[in-house]
Amino acid sequence: MQTRVGFEIQQGDHSIFLLIEGIIFLICGLFFVWMYYLNVKDAWKVGQWRDQGGKTNSFKETLRVLIDKGFPYFLLTPSIVFTAFLTILPLIFGIAIAFTNYSGPNHLPPASLVDWVGFQTFVDLFNLKTWNRTFIGVFGWTILWAISATVTTFFVGILFAVLLNSKGIKFRKFWRSIYILPWAIPSFVSILIMRNLFNGEFGPINQYLEVIGLSSIPWLSDPMWAKFALIMVNVWFGFPFWMVLMSGVMTSIDRELYEAAQVDGANGKQQFWKITMPIVMFSTAPLLIMQFAGNFNNFNLIYLMTNGGPVNVDYSYAGSTDILISWIYKLTLDQSQFNMASVVSILIFIVIAIISVWNFRRTKAFNEEDMMS
Amino acid sequence: MKQKTRERISFVWKHFLLLVVAIFVLYPVVWILMGSLNPGDSLFSAQLLPGMEWGLFWEGVRSFDFAQIAQSVKGIRLSLDHFVYLIQKTEYVTWYKNTLKIALWNMVISTFLVVTAAYAFSRFRFPGRKEGLMAMLILQMFPGFMGMIAIYILLLQMGLLDNHWGLILVYAGGSIPFNAWLVKGYFDSMPRSLEEAAKIDGAGHFTIFFKVMMPLSVPILVFVAVSNFIGPWMDFIFARLVLRSNENKTLAIGLFEMVTGRGNTEFTTFAAGAVLVALPITILFMAFQKYMVEGLKAGANK
Repeated sequence: MQTRVGFEIQQGDHSIFLLIEGIIFLICGLFFVWMYYLNVKDAWKVGQWRDQGGKTNSFKETLRVLIDKGFPYFLLTPSIVFTAFLTILPLIFGIAIAFTNYSGPNHLPPASLVDWVGFQTFVDLFNLKTWNRTFIGVFGWTILWAISATVTTFFVGILFAVLLNSKGIKFRKFWRSIYILPWAIPSFVSILIMRNLFNGEFGPINQYLEVIGLSSIPWLSDPMWAKFALIMVNVWFGFPFWMVLMSGVMTSIDRELYEAAQVDGANGKQQFWKITMPIVMFSTAPLLIMQFAGNFNNFNLIYLMTNGGPVNVDYSYAGSTDILISWIYKLTLDQSQFNMASVVSILIFIVIAIISVWNFRRTKAFNEEDMMS
Repeated sequence: MKQKTRERISFVWKHFLLLVVAIFVLYPVVWILMGSLNPGDSLFSAQLLPGMEWGLFWEGVRSFDFAQIAQSVKGIRLSLDHFVYLIQKTEYVTWYKNTLKIALWNMVISTFLVVTAAYAFSRFRFPGRKEGLMAMLILQMFPGFMGMIAIYILLLQMGLLDNHWGLILVYAGGSIPFNAWLVKGYFDSMPRSLEEAAKIDGAGHFTIFFKVMMPLSVPILVFVAVSNFIGPWMDFIFARLVLRSNENKTLAIGLFEMVTGRGNTEFTTFAAGAVLVALPITILFMAFQKYMVEGLKAGANK
């Protein structure tokens, strides 16, 4: 707590700095203990070797052994340092914050201290009406968004891959390079462009609608239309990725399969569903799941396109199109609800982790023999 | 129906579909290009071709009168004013330099970190290897900015807030787990006999690394380098978190504020800015397209 002595303000303990410093010390301490353990172990080994009458290495020889045997550690040190301080430290801190009351307006250092509150914030999220209404609403939309964004881009992508690979298409390369554009243009630029295209008052889409005699649509100011616009825009962004990927897969399918199918009298539709589709699904399924996880956390599209809006009076600190990740962003940067933001991000992690673990178990990475040995 | 007519019909509708979708794909691109060349300054007045006399044009087309078509095009007024304004009156050039600097340094540092880690994990067996691989697998699942608050406070304490190096460090640290897995998978697929042969010829660790492994892994290195170069151009969250002052901003933030801050009044200036950012990145992407696709596929199949 900060206190005032005469005219001087005495800074109290800054709980958050203390917490961070504590975690830094913990990480460094663990490194130190581990090094110490290796030292002791090595000394014991050398001692035993000497007892048996072996010759110990001279300093020069030690250096040579160090470079030879220790080479992987040299290679890894920079990455370990970076990962420890920029990935692991923030994660531990984030998890710790979820169990404190670090939030505005009453628990913000340096004006006041932060306390441990255990699972209270988790309980609040599920029990307090203002929080759980927002959470359920936002979570539901996040799931709906992630599924529809993934499925629509996947099917539009496969449709155009099939179309481009079908017989008798002229200027194949030309079409392909046009269709790749949405993927190639930096996404934040095209999202901001889309935001203007869909502008309710000045946007060209509404102007064209009026020219052909239809009434303009409140694209970004009505919750339903805003959600619809987001999914549409996402198709524009997402389909080239799948199209390119699947074109690659399709061209590598053995022609003889189709010839054999034709001999057996299968038509185009049967060939597609029985040959193309299973092969394409088999080789793109892991990416489909990665894409789902990506859409689940697609902050850029939501934040830059609608800013989470339109305003929803039932939610606390979230708009109608906010997904969990953009809600966390608002909770953190605009509202200083750090503890609640941490709780929600832990919940996101659980969802993503379940999906990823399930995904990795099915792929080779997890079953690779030298990984398990 | 004869086989031939049926083929002809499918030919026509397939190309019709391709054309319609191509228009949808190209429309935003053309619109922004035209916006940047439009003499007006608001979204409201942005026309596709300002000053074009369409009536005269169609009449010319109908009567095959080329002089009339030429006449109709004469009135088109395009200007480069917005580009000039952007460069002279806004901080755009500074933002561009900042972004370029961050992107280049991130590319160098990330690629170095990723390649060394992947090489160690792929080619050596050492105590702690299995645990390291496991840790990377788990770390890669966490959403990037779960540790946002901590990174903010950490940079604040190190005096790296509103500093480009802070941002570069954050990007480089975040890129390790996923990319190292990817590159490790690539290294694993290269035969071991290569290094054994080099070792017999008396090559040390460094020679093997630089003379044997590096030249063979160009495709994956290009993928990692390009994606780490493009990353900072696209990122919004961390840049917004770390960079505060106007002269330190990156393009993403600068352009975002241009269209959201003052009620869309600067739309055409934004359009010019958008064109200048998108052009080099799009060209870069198109040039390395093959590597990007292969890199992604490798990531999925390993």
